Order: sequence, then structure tokens, then C-alpha cells
Amino acid sequence: MKHTTSLVAGLLAALIASSALADAESQDPIKITTHDWTGQIVNSTILGKLLQKAGYNVEYVQADYIAQFAGLETGDLHVATEIWETTGREAMDAALATGKVVSMGESGMQAIEEWWYPAYMEEVCPGLPDWKALNECATEFSTAETAPLGRYLGGPVTWGGFDDERVKALEMDFEVVHAGTDAALFAELESAYQRKAPIVLWLYEPHWAPAKYEGSFIKFPPYSAECYQDASVGMNPDAAYDCGKPTGPIWKVGWAGLGDKWPGAAKIIQDYTLTNNEMGALVAKVDLDGESIDAVADEWIAANEDTWSKWLAN
Amino acid sequence: MNGLRRILKAPSTFWIAALLVTWALSTWSFPLYKALDARWIIRFPSQFEIPLDVWLTALFKWLQNDADLFFFTFRDLTRFLSSLIEWPYDQVRALMADGFSSGQGSNAVPIAPPLSWIAVIFILVAMGRYARDWWLAALVGACFFYLAVFGQWDSAMVTLASVIIAVPIGVALGLGIGMLTYRSLWFDRMTRPVLDLMQTVPVFAYLVPVLVLFGFGPVAALIATLIYATPPMVRISTLALQSVPPEVVEAGQIVGCTQRQMMWRVLIPSAMPTLMVGVNQVIMLTLNMVIIASMIGAGGLGFDVLSALRRLDIGGGIEAGFAIVVMAIALDRLSQAFSKRPPSPIPPADWGFMRRHPWLISTCVVVIGTYLLGLVIPAVQTYPASLTLTTGSFWSDALEWINVNFFDTFEAIKSFFLTVLLLPVKRFFSGIPWAWGIIVMGMAAWRIGGWKLGLMAAAMTLFIAASGLWAKAMITLYLCGVSVLIAYMIGVPLGIWAGQNARVNSIVAAIMDTLQTLPSFVYLIPVVMLFRVGDFTAMIAIVLYALAPAVRYAAHGIRSIDPQMLEAGLVSGCTPRQLLWRVKLPLAAPSLLLGLNQTIMLALSMLVITALVGTRDLGQEVYIALTKADTGHGIVAGLCVAFIAIIADRILTALSKSSKTRLEAA
Repeated sequence: MKHTTSLVAGLLAALIASSALADAESQDPIKITTHDWTGQIVNSTILGKLLQKAGYNVEYVQADYIAQFAGLETGDLHVATEIWETTGREAMDAALATGKVVSMGESGMQAIEEWWYPAYMEEVCPGLPDWKALNECATEFSTAETAPLGRYLGGPVTWGGFDDERVKALEMDFEVVHAGTDAALFAELESAYQRKAPIVLWLYEPHWAPAKYEGSFIKFPPYSAECYQDASVGMNPDAAYDCGKPTGPIWKVGWAGLGDKWPGAAKIIQDYTLTNNEMGALVAKVDLDGESIDAVADEWIAANEDTWSKWLAN
Repeated sequence: MNGLRRILKAPSTFWIAALLVTWALSTWSFPLYKALDARWIIRFPSQFEIPLDVWLTALFKWLQNDADLFFFTFRDLTRFLSSLIEWPYDQVRALMADGFSSGQGSNAVPIAPPLSWIAVIFILVAMGRYARDWWLAALVGACFFYLAVFGQWDSAMVTLASVIIAVPIGVALGLGIGMLTYRSLWFDRMTRPVLDLMQTVPVFAYLVPVLVLFGFGPVAALIATLIYATPPMVRISTLALQSVPPEVVEAGQIVGCTQRQMMWRVLIPSAMPTLMVGVNQVIMLTLNMVIIASMIGAGGLGFDVLSALRRLDIGGGIEAGFAIVVMAIALDRLSQAFSKRPPSPIPPADWGFMRRHPWLISTCVVVIGTYLLGLVIPAVQTYPASLTLTTGSFWSDALEWINVNFFDTFEAIKSFFLTVLLLPVKRFFSGIPWAWGIIVMGMAAWRIGGWKLGLMAAAMTLFIAASGLWAKAMITLYLCGVSVLIAYMIGVPLGIWAGQNARVNSIVAAIMDTLQTLPSFVYLIPVVMLFRVGDFTAMIAIVLYALAPAVRYAAHGIRSIDPQMLEAGLVSGCTPRQLLWRVKLPLAAPSLLLGLNQTIMLALSMLVITALVGTRDLGQEVYIALTKADTGHGIVAGLCVAFIAIIADRILTALSKSSKTRLEAA
């Protein structure tokens, strides 16, 4: 009897809570995009579950990272949870300029991208993570195709990153080889790590790789906007890009009509944030420990009620 | 003096001269440019470049936002078309995978579960028995049981749902266009180049416009799949209708058929076996597309492969990849059996409905029975997760073992190939000045196929140069050329061996089936682990994929030689070696050339996939355009790939024709 009452009470409470927030707002599904990397899917799933708790109808739509902007502009899609400053900025700016897409603020995570090496290379190349030390043992990193230069495995050409320019500006004895996808990037890392073979490559955070492999980012002269734009700034007076890469926020964006159609939901989406550490732990649980995305999202929600109840309360 | 004249007149002189001039120009084009200070030698002058990509992007923007067809916008039209496909797709997907529900999104209330796994397997087994015999039934049943046991069921059903929708639409469209081309020569001429482009422009090139016009989600993926999978059905339908014997057509005319009766009662029934080959092709090409379709929201097995490999779960990728292979094999054998099935005898009229339709009745019983049982026992509805198998870390461990122990050997092999073959060929192709490239291409095509072909080849090559993609196109030629050469050198001997020995043939055929249906992404990542990112890795992936037609056509060519010819050779005292080189190979030449043609086509279609491991060719241009959503650039680069394919196809077709006439004359 007691059980039944508490169950009924719980149901009632849930009903009241949901109707309180999503009252009079559309019950059409809010379409959240998912891409093909775990972190983004976990992120979108948590947001979706929170919106459901607030009484909204949610649908996940799988869409390409860049191509989704066309869908966000037309209102086919409504929310994208991760637009990286580093890889999505151009497309995001173009979409924002149309006025049909609006920024929903920062996701709370910072994208870190830099040259990275596994910890065992410190024995071969003492002085790491300093970039000058890396340059001195460039021959350790050389392969048949690049000899006598060292081989640096950069990201896909589309990621930009100015690595070719950086190598030239800092007069480094490295050749930049571009991987076509990040799957290829991590396949090479895995292969080299298994053999404890020399490798230096582009890595980024938040991602499962820094959790799985031991290693660190190379320390370049610190990034500044002037260093990228003004040749005279930095070590090399005649070249720009003589410094490390910028870190930048990961953004949330949404369809411009979102705020009118679901004002309460738009508020929650804007408030919702995660930190790099939280995301790293979530991704590791899925990709390394093999838990399901759904379970991991539920765990986070159960453990962080204090945090999200504030977002939902507004 | 006479000797010299003979040499000059010999046809081989042209080819040797062309090669020598090309080689000389390729080697010295850079010094020549420096000496003459004429940069146009190595770079197409940028003021003459056609900004076609910009125009195309603007065109699609206009279509997407502003195009108005008086009563509705262009986008309303495309959205209407996609809603036509969306409704049946949703129903089939609910039936196979998701279950029926009412409401949208997370508010949906479930009404009924999807077909139980037992029911799906029963239906397929019944189809196998109906189409041929119990052997086929057992094979198909085992294939789908594999999907359940390895925990691939749900994704496999999503993929199967898109096959169930895509194939009938593709077949109907293909047959419809095929009927029109059969009736009108003019329409045939019009559609032919369009079909060529549909088959050769890489799918990545038109993904973005398809997404924009048809909306996000599975329907856009289905439409991209249809663009790719329909052309063979059109061609086969035209061919099938044309090859209906004239006596049959006459008989139809004598009994006074109307045009409609003629088509549906006479032509199509007699063309049925050939038409079924087309159906089979559409099924296989649809399955080929699952990976790419999953990139734009089709989900299913393709998405599993992609996401497994993104987290370097090699075993997971292989399991999902083999699930695609297994499904392809089951559907392939099933559709082939249907195409060869003799018409069933008409059952006596006094048999009841039950007795006349045993399969229909038993299927209904199983479907309803498992549905009701499934309400009580969940294992009947869904294969129990506790009974699934997995290869676990077996594949990753095996790969790690190979990687740790043999990497240096692989490295040595790779360096050898790079220095001896890949780099010299690359230097040769990238040195060719664009102007000479156009001339030599036109002359070569003219020598082989007449002035029309020459003009077309020259015009297409000019298009590539004028798009500013000459350098990338030359890298493409180099990578594909080397890969085709190696695939052909491995494939033809293998095919000849398989053609002469039935047991070898059964093994080789199974391997080729697997290589063609296994998504290349599955082996691309392990190859990267063993050979690093670079051209060599790309080459291995292309060779593996393009091997199949070289083997198949060679085996087919050897097998279809008239046995009397072989006897004649044996009687005149040929050794086995002479028999192969003097009799079998020349007779199989047309087939070998066709195999080469198909090898080239497959190699070109792999370009976009190899862009994922960092090549710098046209495939990469298409891929970059995709990731930047640059519609125009993607289509222009895709057209360049298509033009290379079309030139190669026409030249080889001309060669094959002339070798056939030579054989017939001899």
C-alpha cells in the first residue's frame, strides 16, 4: 500500500513537474543532432534526457558535422551540441551570418589541440615536452619516406591547424603528413604505441586517447592572436604561426526559431554545460570500458542532480 | 632504307613515340618553364579557369532557397518526393526493427513490437525453399542466424529495411526508364551519358545537395543510394528488352497485342530472367552503399562499422562488416535463385486455398504465433542478449601480434615498392604538362576509337585542366594506374587458375564475394596500422577492392572458350603451356579487356574512400568539399573523376570491340 502511494505520488510529481515547465509549449519533438564520435553522442543524450525530464519531446537525428548547418538553417534540425572552435568555426560563422542559426552559448568544454607524443619517447628524447628538444631529436622520428626529416602526423587537411606553416616558421626538421580521418590518426597511434615506436602526432581533447595512452602535449611558444596574424611577433621575425595552437571553446548552436517555439527548452539548452574532465570520464566509460551510451548518460544524471536541477528550475 | 620506312609505318611506332615524347616532356617540363619563363607550361593559366564550382554552388543555393515553380518552390517539390518515400520507409522500419508506435520522438507510445527474429528467419528460409531447394533455405537461414548470434540483429534489420525500400523503387525506376529507352532511340542517346555520370561521379560529391534538398535522415541516404544503384537496372532492362527474340515479338503482333499488352504480357515475361539479374545488381549496390549512407543518417550496420573503427574497436568493426557480407551473400543467392526459378506447375483446381499456398499460410502462422508467444516469453521476440557471441579482443590481439612481430618486414616491402614503382610513376605523371596531356589523350583515343572518341577525350581532359585540378588528376591517374596494374597482375593469373580448376574456383569466388561486399573501411584501418598513412596504404586498399573483376572476368573468359578449340590445340600437339599462351589467352582477350575495364571503374570508385587515409588526389578534393559542404567544388571534382572513368571505359570498349572482330576474322 505504501509502495503504491509513493508510486502514485512520484508519478503525480513527475506530471506536475513536466507540465509546469513545458506547459503551453509545443509537443513537437526537438531534434538534436548526433555525429559519429562518442563524446558528442553522450553530450547530446544527456541534454536530451534533461529536456525530457522537463517535459519536452526529443528526437535524435544523425547528421554530418558540417552538413548539419543546412538543416539547422531550414529548421529541419534544432540543436547541435558540439561545434568546435577549432574545426567548425568557419561553417558556424557562415550559418550565424544567415540569421537562421543562433549560438546557444559555450558548452563549458575547451578544445585543446596540439602536437602530442607518448611518454616512452621521453627516454629517447630527454627535454620533452619542450619543442626545441623535440626538434633536436627529429631524426628519431624519421621514416623511409621523410628521412632525414622527422615525420609528424597531422590531422586531416580539413582541420586546418597551420602545421605546415608552423614547421616552416619555427624552422623545424619535420615533414607534415596529413591523415585523412581521425580514425586513421588513432590507428597509427595505436600501432606505434604497441611497438613502442617513435611517433609525434596531432591529438585533441576531450577524447578517449589521452585517457588510454600515456603521453603529453608538446610545449610550443604560447599562442596569441598577434602571433598568427603579425609576422614580426614571436621567435621568427619574418613569419607568422611561430607559436602553438589556440585552445578554444566548444559551442552549442540552435535553429533561430527554437526560442520562440520552445522558450523553456532554449533556456535549458543555453544553461547546460559539461567540463573537459567530466566529458573525458564519460567517453572513457563508453569507449574503453564498453558501457552503453544510455547507461553512462543515466549515471551522470543520477550523480549530478544538484547541477541540472538548477538549469531546469529557471 | 626500306626497313626504316616499315618501322615508321608500324602502328607500334606511334605508341613508342607518344610515350617517349611524354616522358621527355614530363622530365623536363620544369626546366623548360624556367628557361622560357612560361609558367603556363606547368600550370593552367588561372585567368582562363572556368569558375564552374562557384556557379554550381550558387545554383544549388538558389534551388534551396528561392527557386519558385509558380505554384510551389523547388524545395517543396523535393520535400514532397521525400515524404513519398518516408512513409513506406517508416512502416517497413517499424515492422523490421523499431516496432510500431504512435506519437513522435520520445513521446511515442509503443503499440506493437517488430517482427520477431524467429519470424524473419522463417520467412527467409521459406523464400529459399520456394526459390530453389532446402540447401538454399539452410544457407539463408544460417546467414541470418549468424546476425542474431553475433548481436547484429537490430542494426541488420535497419539496413534490411532500407534495402526493402530502395530495391523496389530502384527496380521500378530502372525498368521504367529502360522501357522508354527501348522504345525511343533518341531517349536512349539522351540518357546514356547521364547514366555514365550517375555511376562514376563519387557519391560524396552529391551528398550535400541531396541532404539540403531532401532533408536530413534516412530518406536522403535512400535517395543517394538510388542515384548510385539504379543505372545498372536501366541498362539491363534495355538490354533485356532488346534481346527478346524477334519471333516472340512477331507472335505477339499476330495475335493483335496492343502496345501495353505487348510490353507487359510479351516482352517483360520473356525478358524476366535477364531483368532479375538487374534486380540482383540493385540489391548488391544498395548494400555497397550502406557505409556511405550511414554517414548521412541511415544508421544500421554501416554506422556500427564506422563508430567501431572510430574508437579503434577492430573486432567490433570486423563483426559488423561481416554482418554486411553475410547479408549480401544471403540476398544475392536468394535473388539469383529467383531469377533462375522455373515457373511452378499450376496446382489442380480442386486443391483448397490452404493446400495451394502452403508457404503463405505457414508464414502467417509463424508470424502471429511468435508475436503471441513473444508477449509471454521475451526470447521469442528478441534473441536473448546473454546468448550472443563475440570475437571480443581476438582481432585486436591478432593484429597487435602481427604489428609487433612483422612491422619491420612490412616496412621493408613497402620501401621497396615505393622506390621501385610508386615514386617513379608518380614523378612521371605529375610532370606531364597539361597542354601535352590533352593532345596525347586526344591522339591516343583517336587512334583507338576514331575521331569522335579522340575529340571527346581531348574535350574532357581540357575540362579537367580548366577546372584547375590538373595536378590532382595526375595524382589520381598515378595511384589508380599503379593499383590497377597490380590488381590485374594478381587477379588475371588467379582467374586463369580458377577458370581451369573447379575446386580453386569455389574458394577464389568466395574470397572475391567477401572482398566486394566487406566495407573497405573495415580493412582500411588495420592496413593503416601496419603500413602507416600514405599512398602505399591507399594502394593496398584499392587493389583489394578492385581485384574481384580481374579475377572473375579472367575465369569467365577461360571457361567460356569453345572446347573444340582446345581439342584442336591438343591434337596439333600443343604443350599445356602453349595451349595457355597460344590458344586460351588470345581467345579470352575480349573478356580480359572487359575485366580490365571493370577493374579501372572499381579502382576509381575507391578513390574517395582512400581519401580517408590522406591521399592528395581528386578523391581528397571531393572529400574536402564534402566536409566543407562546398557543393560546387565537390561536383566539379566528382565530374573530373567521372571523365577519367568515361575516357578509360570508351577506349577499352573500343579495344575490346576491335579484338573481337579480329578474333572473328581469324
